Amino acid sequence: MSSAKWKSDRTAALFTTSKLLIVKNRKGIIPLTNQAQIQVDLTLDCKGLACPMPIVKTKKAIETVQAGQVVELQATDRGSLADIQGWCKNTGHQYLGTIEEDGVLKHYIRKSNADEVKPETKFAVTMTTEELQAKLSGGDAITVLDVREPAEYAFQHVASAINIPMGELEGRIGELKSDAAIAVICRTGTRSDLACQLLQDKGFTNISNVLPGMTGWNGPTSKLN
Amino acid sequence: MTTTATYQPMTAKEVTRYVLDKQPLFILDVRNEGDYNDWRIEGETIESINVPYFELLEGVEGIMDRIPAEGKVLVVCAKEGSSMFVAEQLAETGRAEVFYLQGGMKAWSEYLEPVKVADLKDGGELYQFVRIGKGCLSYMVISNGEAATIDTLRMTDVFEQFAAEKGATIKHTIDTHLHADHISGGRQLAEKLGATYWLPPKDAGEVTFEYAALNDAEEITVGDTQIKIQAIYSPGHTIGSTSFVVDDRYLLSGDILFVESIGRPDLAGLAEDWVGDLRNTLYNRYKELSEELVVLPAHFGKITELGEGGKVSARLGDLYQNNPGLNIHDEAEFRRAVTENLPQHPNSYQQIRQTNMGKIAPTSDEQREMEIGPNRCAIHDK
Repeated sequence: MSSAKWKSDRTAALFTTSKLLIVKNRKGIIPLTNQAQIQVDLTLDCKGLACPMPIVKTKKAIETVQAGQVVELQATDRGSLADIQGWCKNTGHQYLGTIEEDGVLKHYIRKSNADEVKPETKFAVTMTTEELQAKLSGGDAITVLDVREPAEYAFQHVASAINIPMGELEGRIGELKSDAAIAVICRTGTRSDLACQLLQDKGFTNISNVLPGMTGWNGPTSKLN
Repeated sequence: MTTTATYQPMTAKEVTRYVLDKQPLFILDVRNEGDYNDWRIEGETIESINVPYFELLEGVEGIMDRIPAEGKVLVVCAKEGSSMFVAEQLAETGRAEVFYLQGGMKAWSEYLEPVKVADLKDGGELYQFVRIGKGCLSYMVISNGEAATIDTLRMTDVFEQFAAEKGATIKHTIDTHLHADHISGGRQLAEKLGATYWLPPKDAGEVTFEYAALNDAEEITVGDTQIKIQAIYSPGHTIGSTSFVVDDRYLLSGDILFVESIGRPDLAGLAEDWVGDLRNTLYNRYKELSEELVVLPAHFGKITELGEGGKVSARLGDLYQNNPGLNIHDEAEFRRAVTENLPQHPNSYQQIRQTNMGKIAPTSDEQREMEIGPNRCAIHDK
């Protein structure tokens, strides 16, 4: 088992149930020191509150932010881990992951919008996640551009991917070469579709939208680098 | 906080009465699905449904058709906060008889129901303590102002108070083996009361504290009426596992033999090594004992194992007829049965073993959390 695979399994296990988190105790939790800064739009302090309050307050908070924005929920109730995952599954908002710092669980939730459920892609050149994986393992010189938010990227991304969030792409377009082979990826193919259209308008010639996106990615990943 | 009189607490002790007296009770369990599937309140007359509280933040209207129109509704969650939240909404719909489980599943996991097993010689008594939420069974032998507890649970005050009510002083606390599913209260209780804590030496190789070595054929006397507790070395669940014959009539079988199953040999990581011991204990050593002995195990796996008043017991001879674990005649088949396709491990069993060895000292909150869930000490506890 490769180290990348192991890491991804470990993350999956860690984020699946509260039981595992407790069993793993502190040893299984990602150290905060070597982690990328996670950008959040709203931080919600629910430390010391017992259930149901962390979820009740998250529900209210998510109503005040825009689709795509990230809410950080800080809670000390260990039951909040399984519950926030359940609530996200139930409501369709995206559960990104959880970090523990000094006994405080920090849950990251990205507000979904209705469009993401049914992505309507317009950019013609696409490749599947399997095709991308084959190209990468075949050694093709291809840049993987991940246009999700840094928080999403931080928790899991294609091993060689670079991250420029959709909202920053126009301003940071100089970081990319217009004749390079670029595979653009997001979670479900919607933002990457917009990114491809933007890149095409800016004169990029060799770009593809990766479908369905990270939700379909089974290849090597990195996280919290 | 404002409280309304329209919903009320129900204690774990009260819920236990519904289970043991076979009275109907409808439970709305609002924990998340995983926790509910893992472990919940069960009983012949208990009906339950699971709807996580976070699906009910907007109200309970959507599930009213799943709740019987008449009768009591008990809302259950992990601690109690969410069950109060949901109970209040239920009450607001105009329903009467809405309850929440006081202290939640944590309280359910900790409740002990004392059940009298028998009168012993010269006025002595034997009690079983049924930890209904987790399936653990402890015992107390009382005779002439003295008491011994066997497989004492973490909730030591229950034993202390019970002995005090009976006018007895606890002189001995005895563990049949090093437990992996729950934290023993034996050492703590002995230290507090100046009693002797007995542990089989073969299970105590790594312990960090002083204990009295419980060897094969050891006899412990309770009171001055010679209630004997005779130790029988019976390895298999652990290498030190020891059973007791109390008053020549009761076989306290620890985690070796249960009413509907047998102990699993894998919780200390040495299943393959201990299979032979387990088989020898069950098929040879116990076979030499009187069939008339009444088996009193340290666990039950299913609520159906609870008999009269909640008591868990069976005649040894009957178990040789009916217990599937005692009727596997082929050795290879036996080996497979006790090493393959075993149930999930008990929650946090490694940390629980470390705690029982004195190697780690979790806070009481952490201990409570570690013990959540069923005991899963038998090979058939799926």
